[in-house]
Amino acid sequence: MPINKKIRELQEKREKIHLGGGEQAIKKQKAMGKRTARERIMALLDENSFNEYDLFVEHDARDFDMDKKSLPSDGVIIGSGTIYGAPVAIFAQDFTVAGGSLGLMHSRKITKIMDHALKMRMPLIGINDSGGARIQEGVNSLAGYGEIFFRNTISSGVIPQLSVILGPCAGGAVYSPALTDFVFVVDKISKMFITGPEVIKTVLGEEISMEELGGARVHSEVTGNAHFFAMSEEECFDQIKKLITFIPWNNGQKARMFEPGEPKPEYNINKIVPEDPTLPYDVKDVIRAIVDNSDFFEIMELYAKNIVIGFGRMGGRTTGFVANQPLEMAGVLDVDSSDKAARFIRYCDAFNIPIITLVDVPGYLPGVDQEHAGVIRHGAKVLYAYSEATVPKLTVILRKAYGGGYIAMSSRHLRADFVFAWPSAEIAVMGPEGAANIIFRKEIMSSDDPDRMRKQKVEEYKTKFANPYVAASRGYVDAVIEPSETRKFLMHSIEVSENKDVSMPQKKHGLPPF
Amino acid sequence: MNNKDTLGFLNIDASLYKTRISNKFKNRKPYQPADPRIILSFIPGTVLGIMIKKGQDVKKGDDLMILDAMKMQNKLKCNMNGKVKTIAVKKGDKVSKGTVLLELE
Repeated sequence: MPINKKIRELQEKREKIHLGGGEQAIKKQKAMGKRTARERIMALLDENSFNEYDLFVEHDARDFDMDKKSLPSDGVIIGSGTIYGAPVAIFAQDFTVAGGSLGLMHSRKITKIMDHALKMRMPLIGINDSGGARIQEGVNSLAGYGEIFFRNTISSGVIPQLSVILGPCAGGAVYSPALTDFVFVVDKISKMFITGPEVIKTVLGEEISMEELGGARVHSEVTGNAHFFAMSEEECFDQIKKLITFIPWNNGQKARMFEPGEPKPEYNINKIVPEDPTLPYDVKDVIRAIVDNSDFFEIMELYAKNIVIGFGRMGGRTTGFVANQPLEMAGVLDVDSSDKAARFIRYCDAFNIPIITLVDVPGYLPGVDQEHAGVIRHGAKVLYAYSEATVPKLTVILRKAYGGGYIAMSSRHLRADFVFAWPSAEIAVMGPEGAANIIFRKEIMSSDDPDRMRKQKVEEYKTKFANPYVAASRGYVDAVIEPSETRKFLMHSIEVSENKDVSMPQKKHGLPPF
Repeated sequence: MNNKDTLGFLNIDASLYKTRISNKFKNRKPYQPADPRIILSFIPGTVLGIMIKKGQDVKKGDDLMILDAMKMQNKLKCNMNGKVKTIAVKKGDKVSKGTVLLELE
């Protein structure tokens, strides 16, 4: 056969397989508002950058008439390509082929690209759109999941792993995304749960829709399983591409440098924070007043809003931000916000990203529900994560830093490299009202006018302790700075921390409180 | 600042902070101490059998009900001496975790 004919034969074979489950199934996929697996890869990667592998892989299951079924590519596309020039390994489950169900060969394709990503030290993106295990393949399908989970775990902290949920992801399958760094969901398209509405109805008689049980919004607002929420697949892909620009390709590198740019003048840092520590403001405006081009890329925007996390750049270098948010629940630390912050701190530490912490915290949220939900062990995660992190740690105390919140929010005592405080900072063991009630209890109780006496003592306490100078006199704060000097001080600190080198005692691994 | 109308107050250490209050906080259930006389289902499941009647005297260790859950038949045993005040479920009822099954007195 002449080569031209052979090439044509290859082209024909490819075209056939590229149709996945066929035109009917594609039509169904589109009717659900979803793109096909191949379209998704093309939309995400740089043009013409996709190299596909294992196109011709097929299952060899025999039971339950499976030997009569042909499943093109076994329902998953794998390969590698680039996003803004950054290399990425990718797999996308094809729902049009047997509902994207995971059989042995399907899982082997996924683990092949995972091994490849780990070996080549490049980010891995997994697009999940699957009905779950291929029941006909029995324990082989379970083995497949297990092999994926194992690789997710081993690759964790070595290469970035992104999971994109663009369809159902149910039962055991949800644990692969849960083991990865970032989970992306799209409204009305993503569905994640361990046991679905059917089972819940059978067992409990409780009726709930898929959307209410495990839709994109639920995982973004309630469970904290998802990190990025989008209204469309297109918006979701933009988020993925943007994230890729902020993170390094592996844990041996730093994120790429970008052209630095000044923050926008509309974010006037002198005017954002009210003087009265009980009044709210949006701490994201402070971040925008500090970062390059006022470009702050928030993570988990809808979950535990009392703490803000995300990436920005300082002088072109990727920096992680952790900030109390006085606008939401007074910026308290609680179970959910501790969990959210701690994981992000560990992400930054794993991938050589300096951390800037902006502090305005009244303390921990009181309540039986918090105590019983384990705020002790969840709160401890923040202490653990900051203490263990060896990347440059910079702290700016904007206003309140009371009690345990002061210690937890990247204090000097957890080895922050630089601690700055604004003149408005109040570093104290607790808020003035609470402190005065305890310290001056006798004076207040025995006074003829307890209210007046309390106010007087509160003022006394404020003048004496509600300032940054006591902490500065002990060296716990390195410099008291004007708000307008913040960017300058932080940029310099990051620059001089470029070659920070600290060593930790040898151990197999620590025991973080999770 | 926008959404001024949605701001509430949160008391932390005797200071009142003006801030947005999360739904989770608003919807939290006030704490209620456990009452040993009220028997709750400890797991979601189906009531498979009821071994006692209303008004019956029961002793600690007596079998009260069988709750079928997660493919296991769980025998509910009495944890005190008393009398069955009410039975809140019927044989075959599906119950979620924390449902009142019966009350003793």
